[in-house]
Formats: sequence, structure tokens, C-alpha cells
Amino acid sequence: MATVIIPTPLRKFTNNTARLEIEADTIAKTVSALTVNFPDLKKHLLDDRGQIRSFVNIFVGNDDIRNLEQEDTFVAPDAIISIVPAIAGGAIVNVAVTGCLLPVTRT
Amino acid sequence: MSTVISTSTIDLQLLRSVQQLGTQIGHTPLHRITRLFNKPGVTVYAKKEWKQLSGSVKARAGYAIFKAAIENGSLTKQKALLDATSGNTGIAYATIGARLGVPVTLCLPENASPERKEILRSLDAEIIYTSRFEGTDGAQQVARALAMEQPEAYYYADQYRNDNNWKAHYHSTALEIFEALPGITHFVAGLGTSGTFTGTGRRLKELNPAIRLTSLQPDNPLHGLEGWKHMETAIVPTIYDSTLADDNLEVGTEEAWEMIKAAYHYEQLLLSPSAAANLVGALQVAEKLDHGVVVTILPDNADKYKDIIKKLL
Repeated sequence: MATVIIPTPLRKFTNNTARLEIEADTIAKTVSALTVNFPDLKKHLLDDRGQIRSFVNIFVGNDDIRNLEQEDTFVAPDAIISIVPAIAGGAIVNVAVTGCLLPVTRT
Repeated sequence: MSTVISTSTIDLQLLRSVQQLGTQIGHTPLHRITRLFNKPGVTVYAKKEWKQLSGSVKARAGYAIFKAAIENGSLTKQKALLDATSGNTGIAYATIGARLGVPVTLCLPENASPERKEILRSLDAEIIYTSRFEGTDGAQQVARALAMEQPEAYYYADQYRNDNNWKAHYHSTALEIFEALPGITHFVAGLGTSGTFTGTGRRLKELNPAIRLTSLQPDNPLHGLEGWKHMETAIVPTIYDSTLADDNLEVGTEEAWEMIKAAYHYEQLLLSPSAAANLVGALQVAEKLDHGVVVTILPDNADKYKDIIKKLL
């Protein structure tokens, strides 16, 4: 099953869960499964037409799905899918995500 | 508790340098909106905050924080100013630090725009990249931990908690607006650290209690309004005064993007997403009025958002 990393601003809507295991072979099906299991996520991820909101960034591994096949992007069973917020916002949620609060790199 | 600080800890030359830099902060022009909104009896003005040192509204808070820390001896050339930032405050700190010869260390989410990273690097700021999943909240936690670990190496500015942030606007932005537009009836601004809204709003209310204050927030935790905070899901800045606003409105990222196009087309203003969002809020307030003078802030222009502008225009 693929792992979906939920960013802190959205963990309020996933019972404070930071990582979810989802069985789906495309991004569209992954997002659909997410919003079925956590209905409050829907309005934050999808627009009125059911499309992924244009400022929501989804990565499979290190690749932005905009540079792949968009919603039709294939998801391998061991894929890591990240939902990445734009630069602002965020939240304190007491969940254990290894390394999340450590500096990533230093220049 | 009162604090006694020995003058021997204050670098007097540095103090003189920071005082001289003050002439390059603030005093930004007001743009009257004429084509995008035109209703008899109601006028809308927007303050072009990129027309000052470092190109954004954050020059005011950044400078006030720097100056106060140098004045009270907390910051010398032997320490680095440290803070978490999504970009503009970092650019302000780095610009001021470069002018004064004071090192600057910034905790920046790794998904900050390439333009911002490039500007910060060119100003010789040390950048510590933080998790792309945590936004500026995660960057704050990294900065706080670093400051606690190495108090001798850093002065932790903490813009979200530092009273000099909102005071900068209390002592400058509000007075500039009131002096230029004594008939102001409404002030509208978005919330990030909340320094602009809190400081400007608080002073305007003191000058004329009838002035109505409207705060703006993004309508979505995953918004694209750089610098703004969705208070319901974010760490609420200590300096935020939730009792100050008379009204609160939400602005969508897509609305702001539409406004970027409209402002360029009708007003020849090339705006950042957060500036456009402020204008969305100001026009919503203005549309409901029969008479009034509405003022908002344009924190920065589109210089640092080339990707977005390329897609929109």
C-alpha cells in the first residue's frame, strides 16, 4: 500500500494522523479514498468541480504530479505520496513524525 | 520586572548605523483605486509597501526588531539575528543585516519560492531549510530550538511574539495613513504574524474610534497566500489580538489570483498573491458602503512570484 504524508495544517481533519496507508493505483483514486475516509478533507483538496485545487501540491516521491500524469499518475504499492502546503500556515499537532521538526538542510 | 542593561554591551557605532538606516523605512505611497472599483461616495486606497528598503512591508517590522535589539544590547555584531520566516521578513532581516554587518540566520521552509532563496543567498544570510510539510510553524520550532541550544550565538527575533513587530506599524504605518487620509473610515488587512493589522488597527482606533477594522484570513488551511495564516489550523501568533477586528472575512487563493489579473489590467499594479488578497477584501468592504474611505496594504509586488505571474498573465 502507498503511504500518504499529511501536512500539519490538514491533520486536524485526519484525527491527527500524519501518515496513512492507502491502496490505490492512481493519484485520483488515492485522493478519492482519502476524502471518503476523511470527508472534511474534501473541500480543502478539491474544488467545486471535484478537481484537485490548483494550489495543492501533490508529489509522488520527489516528483510533482503536474510534471507526471496529473491525477492519472500511477502510484506504485510502495510509493510515498506527499501533500505539500504552499509556504504559509501550518499547525502544531502532537504526532510523531520522525525528523519533521529537524532542519532539513543548512546552507 | 525591570531590566537594567549596561551601556558597555551596546555597540554605539552599530546603534548610529541602525538609526541612520531609518530614513529608508516606511513613507510608502498610497494608490487610489479608480478603474477596478468606482462608486460615488466610496474611495479605496492601497499602500504600496514594496516602495521601501527590501521591497516589502516587512522592512518596518524587521527594522524595528533590529533597532530595539541593538538599542537594548541584545544584538551585537558578535551574534547572529535568528528567526523563522516564509520569505519577506527574512529578506528584510538579511538586507538590514548586510547593511549593518550583522549576521542573519533564517529558518525557512524548503518549499519557499526559488526567487526568495536566491535573494536570501545573495544577501549572505545563512539559511536553515525546514520541513516542507510544516510551513512557517515548523520553521518557528526549529528556530526556537536553535536559540535555546546556542543562546550565546543567536539573538532570537521571534517575529510572531516580538512586540516590536506590531509597534512598527503602530508608530509608522498607521500615522502615515491617518496623516494622508484623515477621513479614513475602514482599514482592511490580512493576518500573518498579524503585526500589520494589529499595530495599524490599534493606532487607527485610538486616533478615531469610529474607524472599522476588517481582518482577512485564507479560506483554506492549504492556501497559496504566502505570508498569511489560517488561524484555526496554525500556531496563533502571540501578538495577535483577536478582539481588535470589527469584522473578519475569508479570501480564497483563486480569488486572489483573479485579482492579480484584474489589478494588472485595470490599475497597472503587478501584485503578489497576498497583496491581491488584501485588495479582494478591501473591495468587498467597499462594495457594501454608501460612503467611506477604505484603506488596505499591498505588502509586496509580483517580483518574487514569477512562476505565478507567468501562469496568470
